[in-house]
Amino acid sequence: MSASGTRDATSRPAQRFLRDAAAKSADLMHREIIVKNMESYDAAHLRGRARFKDWEAARARCQAIKREAVDHLDQYLLQFESKVISRGGHVFWAEDAEQACAYICGVALRNGVKTVVKSKSMVTEEIELSAELEKNGIKAWETDLGEYIVQLRHEPPYHIVTPAMHLNRKQIGDLFREQLEPGLSDDPVELMAAARRKLRQAFFLAEMGISGANFIVADAGAIAISTNEGNGRLCTSVPRIHVAVTGIEKVIPRMADLATLWPVLATSGTGQPITTYSTLIGGPRRPGEADGPEEFHVVLVDNGRSRLLANAEEREVLHCIRCGACLNACPVYRHIGGHTYGTIYPGPIGSVLTPHLRGEEFAHLSSASSLCGACTSVCPVRIDLHHHLLHNRRDFVQAGDAKPGDRWKFRMFRRVMQSPRLYSLGGGMARFGLRVLYALGLAGTALDPLRAWNRRRSPVPLPKKSFRSRWRSESKQGS
Amino acid sequence: MARRVSLFVPCFVDQLLPEVAVDTVTVLRRIGCEVSFPEDQTCCGQPAFNSGFWDEARPCAERFLRVFKDAETVVCPSGSCTTMVRIFYPELLPSGPQRTEATALGQRTFELSEFLVKVAGATDVGASFPHRVTYHASCHGLRELNLRDEPLQLLRQVRGLKLVEMLRAEECCGFGGTFATKFGSISEAMGISKAESVAVTGAEFITAIDPSCLMHVQGIMGKRGDRAQTIHLASILARQKAQP
Repeated sequence: MSASGTRDATSRPAQRFLRDAAAKSADLMHREIIVKNMESYDAAHLRGRARFKDWEAARARCQAIKREAVDHLDQYLLQFESKVISRGGHVFWAEDAEQACAYICGVALRNGVKTVVKSKSMVTEEIELSAELEKNGIKAWETDLGEYIVQLRHEPPYHIVTPAMHLNRKQIGDLFREQLEPGLSDDPVELMAAARRKLRQAFFLAEMGISGANFIVADAGAIAISTNEGNGRLCTSVPRIHVAVTGIEKVIPRMADLATLWPVLATSGTGQPITTYSTLIGGPRRPGEADGPEEFHVVLVDNGRSRLLANAEEREVLHCIRCGACLNACPVYRHIGGHTYGTIYPGPIGSVLTPHLRGEEFAHLSSASSLCGACTSVCPVRIDLHHHLLHNRRDFVQAGDAKPGDRWKFRMFRRVMQSPRLYSLGGGMARFGLRVLYALGLAGTALDPLRAWNRRRSPVPLPKKSFRSRWRSESKQGS
Repeated sequence: MARRVSLFVPCFVDQLLPEVAVDTVTVLRRIGCEVSFPEDQTCCGQPAFNSGFWDEARPCAERFLRVFKDAETVVCPSGSCTTMVRIFYPELLPSGPQRTEATALGQRTFELSEFLVKVAGATDVGASFPHRVTYHASCHGLRELNLRDEPLQLLRQVRGLKLVEMLRAEECCGFGGTFATKFGSISEAMGISKAESVAVTGAEFITAIDPSCLMHVQGIMGKRGDRAQTIHLASILARQKAQP
């Protein structure tokens, strides 16, 4: 325990989480939008999986690829680096967010960059790059439509694949009328065209493009990007400088692995057979080439990942390809929404990963799950997500971070459960006491020891006799 | 020859829902099992295990191994508690003889519907329940024990029972053990979604293989004043036409 006493479930992020979760789970409009969007995802995902001859075999293949890559991360990253350098690109190894941002801002300032266009990248959200650029007087434009929408709302992405999933067209229409063009209708085509008109200007103004990477292909020395809107290709080819920012765990051994990973990622992400644009980039423009950036940088971000790598039991969490399938499958996510998590990576993968990346302040996320396992059943790289939540909970308790009340409770539990007599006696007394209490109409009140249960539900049943006492009297009668 | 079955009754079933265990005994006896109930059993340890208190859960696992050491077959009317024994005991206990023993016991421990269909080969247990029923697929049974069809096979053989499918039958009801109280607002919202799915079917009863899910859903439906009632699969299977 820390000197200050309570850093566990009462940490500030934990309190905020509980408050926001209560508000969001009661927000029926939110529920309606999410259920509608998730239903169309579910249908597409199901159709997409049916296109595979053997979806389970594809999952197993992806799992094997990622395991091989992560188990030999050092080797594959070095292979990637030397290829990129040989083509005149730059590779920067960033230990943490600060180093990554400092490097990128340094490149920008050196080149007099005033405007940056960004294609969708969760790791740039993780390192809070836009804010850092802004501090240096550089304007960063999100060019993925969903990201652009949440940027206009000054919100973090709601979802790692579909950042504006929580909004309907009316809300987006209001936003665009207020901030882009007053005369717009709620027609999605019209709204998209308005965003396009605005973003086109940014593309041709920008001196630097920033992208993420879905995969780092070691043998090809290239990054692989999957996008649907074409903004990714504009970001990486129009501006003079391209900086790709990616987590070190995105590496895969071979180009040939994309044959499985690309369609599996697209299917899990959106239900598509493959995304509209699949791009491979391995360096700056070479002599004689018509387009491409003059400078090409790759920033490999660690930011806590090598700590996970060192943990053999939890290492497979690094296999994640950020497809978002676990978020979509998660009933908790469906009820509380992406923003409630208060993290860049929400949903099951976020609840597993965040306590590792950001410490015990986020330990509550590992407990905020019913352990239903829906996430694990859809994960395309077969990460045992809900069992990792159990491991996180165990590690948290073992580190001495559990609430003193909980520790006491489970010590009592242990004692009682080791004695069938004590268990039986205690159970009978508790039922009797509660029956009296409820007869007085006190169920769910402050005096009710089961208040946490009963205040949201009709009271638990309290039979006069337990099964074991019924069994005992029956066997006596029988003999 | 009668199959000898040792009954594993989850602690909360013992204390709060004894009729589920009584009905389990009825069904097992009806198909010719000789049922025993080792009275030294308490809790499988799952509440502590799921909360991260593995050191507190381990003695429960050790006790369970002792109590059921000589059991030929263990049957439990809960997918979740069966999961604790079969899936989590081997992880909880240290490698070596204890883990080996736990793994072996896990292979002889069955959830009720699993036992009836896969071990005893009895899909028709002579039950009669002339009501409109919807089935909720409890998570641990479904995703840890892979029991998708077994409970449905049993329900389809019940005389007079009309099975109606609810929307998102495989979505969690929101119970989740201590999650139900630690994160009450989320649990409640998930429970309401489940109750709404049940209401749409017009079913009189929602059934499942896990009494914990049903206790939670009953609480939510009770508070909402819903017409539908929860009933454990064992209790449906135990019902027969009234004898004249």
